[in-house]
Amino acid sequence: MRADAAGERGAAGRFFDRVAGGLRVWWTMLAISIEERLVYRGDFVIGTLMRFLPIVTQVFLWTAVFNATSRPDIAGYSRNDIVAYYLLTMVTRAFSSMPGLSGGIARGIRDGSVKKYLVQPVDYVAALLAARVAHKLVYYLVATLPFAGVFYVCRDYFPPAPPVGTIAAYLLSLVLSFLLGFFMEATLGMLGFWFLEVSSIIFAYMLVQYLLSGHMFPIDMLAGIPTGIGGTTVADVVRWLPFEYTAYFPAAVWLGKIRGADLARDLALEAAWVVVMAVACRIAWWRGTRRYSAFGG
Amino acid sequence: MPYTSRMHNSNRSEVVIAVDGLAKEYRVYDKPEGLLASVQGLFHRTSRLVEALRGVSLTVGRGEFVALLGPNGAGKTTFLKLLSGIITPSRGTASVLGHVPWLRADDFRRRFALVMGQRNQLWWDLPAAESFRLHREIYRIEPARFERIRDELVDMLDVRRLMLQPVRELSLGERMKLELVAALLHEPEVLFLDEPTIGLDVVAQHTIHDFLRSVRAHRRVTVVLTTHYMKDVAALCERVVVITHGSIMHDGPLEEIVDRFTTHKVVTLDLDDAAAARRIEGLGFPCETSGPRVTLRIDRRRIADVLPAILAAESVRDVTVEDVPLEEIVAELFRGAAPAAAAGVPT
Repeated sequence: MRADAAGERGAAGRFFDRVAGGLRVWWTMLAISIEERLVYRGDFVIGTLMRFLPIVTQVFLWTAVFNATSRPDIAGYSRNDIVAYYLLTMVTRAFSSMPGLSGGIARGIRDGSVKKYLVQPVDYVAALLAARVAHKLVYYLVATLPFAGVFYVCRDYFPPAPPVGTIAAYLLSLVLSFLLGFFMEATLGMLGFWFLEVSSIIFAYMLVQYLLSGHMFPIDMLAGIPTGIGGTTVADVVRWLPFEYTAYFPAAVWLGKIRGADLARDLALEAAWVVVMAVACRIAWWRGTRRYSAFGG
Repeated sequence: MPYTSRMHNSNRSEVVIAVDGLAKEYRVYDKPEGLLASVQGLFHRTSRLVEALRGVSLTVGRGEFVALLGPNGAGKTTFLKLLSGIITPSRGTASVLGHVPWLRADDFRRRFALVMGQRNQLWWDLPAAESFRLHREIYRIEPARFERIRDELVDMLDVRRLMLQPVRELSLGERMKLELVAALLHEPEVLFLDEPTIGLDVVAQHTIHDFLRSVRAHRRVTVVLTTHYMKDVAALCERVVVITHGSIMHDGPLEEIVDRFTTHKVVTLDLDDAAAARRIEGLGFPCETSGPRVTLRIDRRRIADVLPAILAAESVRDVTVEDVPLEEIVAELFRGAAPAAAAGVPT
């Protein structure tokens, strides 16, 4: 009896040891990745400041659009809403965009540096995630101040701050958008196991994602375009795709465009997409490494 | 050397690596020259199978130090990739430390290390000490043990100072030393080295030889290395496996290669004058003359007759008799295998 109990505790203990060990590895990878990112301070500062340029052109464009029309709003967005929307999508993109992730994975496959992860007892996807979290944390360190400055200057465009519940939903949607962006682009990069060159695939993805994520204009504006199937609109289709969660969705949540049951449903959908893409990424890694091993490494 | 042979024998029974009929084929696409052919290649490609390894079998005992020799493209690196589980074979079986390598079980991966001379495992922009710290976690090395082993290794290679400098600022030799430290921190039982001394200067090569010898003596690591430098082999390995065109051509002690594949001795004579040198040339052996010094190649079986005759006839100031240099023997060995392979490749 006693031996059995001890055995069970041993098994549970071993499980916890493994989990704790895994977390410690991840934490160390994160810390080392942060140190590595900090090596490139200058690059970061310039990259951050350049991000504000496109927004300025967008504001000019929409000012011209509203001057040319007598309507007070377009698809439910007033002129102020539009400026606030673009600034907010910039925040979402700061979470969901993954510069260099797919390309880096594909390059590692092509030049063979991915071998390290076949030889060492360490999980590649976890290592990528640690590196990306580090990337983001260092980015926020640099970017928070300029972001705050811009938001302060543009404060009059924003509606009054939303209730706490909305802010919580907003923050959750941002974290999920980070994970979604990460797993989508990591999966894309792993296509490098099948194709020698993935840059054109990445380019096509960027194009689609720019259009359907709400990065270019609020998704609501697609509601006026019928698909021709049973009275549905393009917006109805796009709503079920993962793209809008990488730009539009969190911004729309903050601006109060999505509330109540819709909000809960969309958050659940976003979480579901994170799970789907995480599984896709894992499958791509398994199958990809199997193929890589068979074809010569 | 007595120590080596004792080690060799006492561990014969404990097999660490067992390989049977291991074969690996790659499919390669033929890309004919020219723009038109490239466009055609978009629609139709011709491919063929290349046999990188054709049924290799061998066993390695614990503590052995084995060198894989062979010309470029002979299949040495393919063999190491199979043993370290990076690739799966087309046929055959392998067991390393009781594991099938290409299943890549974590228990297996914690017990070996692979160092590739032309590839970096260390983080490029950070000091090597940071990569070491990550290895401590990945391989779950106890902190006290980690520090002791790390200090021992960096002191042996005299790189303690360098481990705090960003890796990108180091020379190739310094980087290689730190790569070796990183690979040995978790005390692997098996160490695979793919051309560990490639591109290094003589001093760095020596340091690495001494290091590997002492690692082997103190830690009973089983080492399989590929190399093109005979100095590596002579300094480190008592067992040499020659692979050409995917097959094992020779497997045995280094001296056996010399025995088996050398037919000649190199005899160098310092004579009194150039006239004597010309008389020696007249004997008809392949020779090189520079002033009064003549270097001859004489059939091993005839040396006992020829040499005394020369010594009796000429006044010789100095004489040395040597084996043909190892490089030359191996080059000959590789060349000997070439025609067979050329026949196998469609032209």
